Amino acid sequence: MVRKSVTLRVNGRDLTLDLDSRVTLLDALREHAGLTGTKKGCDQGQCGACTVHVDGRRVLSCLTLAMQVEDREVTTIEGLLGPDGGQHPMQAAFVTHDAFQCGYCTPGQIMSAVACIAEGHAGSDEEVREYMSGNICRCGAYPNILAALREVANNPGAQK
Amino acid sequence: MKSFDYARASSTADARTQGTAGARLLAGGTTLLDLMKCNVERPERLVDVSHLSGMADIEVDEQRIRIGALAHMSQVADHAAIRREAPVVSESLWRAASAQIRNMATIGGNLMQRTRCTYFRDATGNAHCNKRMPGSGCAAVRGIHRNHAVLGTSDACFATYPGDLAVALVAFDAVLTIEGERTRQVKVEDFFRLPGDRPDLEYDLEAGEIITAIELPARPALRRSHYLKVRDRASYEFAAASAAVGLEVAPDGKTIKEARVALGGVATCPWRARNVEEALAGQPMEEAVFRRAALLAVQGAQPRAYNGYKVQLAPKVVARALLAVGDLA
Repeated sequence: MVRKSVTLRVNGRDLTLDLDSRVTLLDALREHAGLTGTKKGCDQGQCGACTVHVDGRRVLSCLTLAMQVEDREVTTIEGLLGPDGGQHPMQAAFVTHDAFQCGYCTPGQIMSAVACIAEGHAGSDEEVREYMSGNICRCGAYPNILAALREVANNPGAQK
Repeated sequence: MKSFDYARASSTADARTQGTAGARLLAGGTTLLDLMKCNVERPERLVDVSHLSGMADIEVDEQRIRIGALAHMSQVADHAAIRREAPVVSESLWRAASAQIRNMATIGGNLMQRTRCTYFRDATGNAHCNKRMPGSGCAAVRGIHRNHAVLGTSDACFATYPGDLAVALVAFDAVLTIEGERTRQVKVEDFFRLPGDRPDLEYDLEAGEIITAIELPARPALRRSHYLKVRDRASYEFAAASAAVGLEVAPDGKTIKEARVALGGVATCPWRARNVEEALAGQPMEEAVFRRAALLAVQGAQPRAYNGYKVQLAPKVVARALLAVGDLA
């Protein structure tokens, strides 16, 4: 085993963890940092449940090694909360539009949705469907996810 | 997953020194880590090149497009000058993978993505794969091979090359810069090897070499280009058949001066269809001309039990893509 001390910057805090080189960012967050908001679905880059932001861009934490993102800025669903602990507008929109059933894919959907708008790819329903296709929802809440995302996209003032 | 050393490269020279046999260069990691989890890839060391600076630049001028190998797929897909000068490149990228993967995967690594053949990926359950273990046989021949190739196949292997970008690149004579003991330039078309009797040897790239850039020469057909991808679901899926096409029209406005055509999803390599291009040159821009020429795209195809539909589908995809760039759709 190859272990190393790794310092990750997650949600604005430095976390120093002793990790095997094989540990993914996903497992580092969940198993070592106690941040279980990020979900493990397929663990092979096909479902999007593990989506987080690295340096502001959405990526799959299951296909990222923890050691790879040392010195980068990681944001998880826990980091979306406002300084007062209040919901992010996207979280509020997901509740308003009932954009989930079991909720397992939801943190990944929300992280992806926030990035989708920031990237400028939320201009139409069709564009959102294309640019959110990496987040699978087996409950089939897609119409409501789309509605939540479009509501936030159409109210730019509501976005942090 | 087998244990490995992790090291960060400080320069391309350092990456080459550390990237010896048994090591793998790590950029986006979307293919490599996935295959390491499957036990298909078992490197002793990962040399992380993703932090190298100055290798993600995109330059577009009148002569050429130059893309640094570490540019992300999303960065290239959204680049305004590339969308204008080479729509086929942008389209092949945003129709591939998902937004998250496109933010991770690099252009250099994208070319080197490996086949999605389930028998290749099943290192624990399937012992018969000539690509993983030369001489061990091929489980796909008698297995489910609906997504396997019909062009460029051999008795040893008919696994499909899954990428989209490389299809656009071979259609337009893109060239790779590869840094090694000496720096060399390789046409993307020559970079990919046909499986033959050694399907394990996929690329013209040695240990200790690193792709640093991709260059595309500017040409009118590249400006008037398109990537059409047909697949089982609307997004986030590999191609059942795809086509990268481009047209240059003569000053009379109705004669084809030059056509460019390559196919994806149906061959063991990104597949340039020169016979279609030759059949179109000098011909009038008419639907019947496009449809007739497109039939040549699958000349020599060798379908097996479950993938014969690709022989029907590919010419239709080529024709539809040409009709779209010819404004006849």
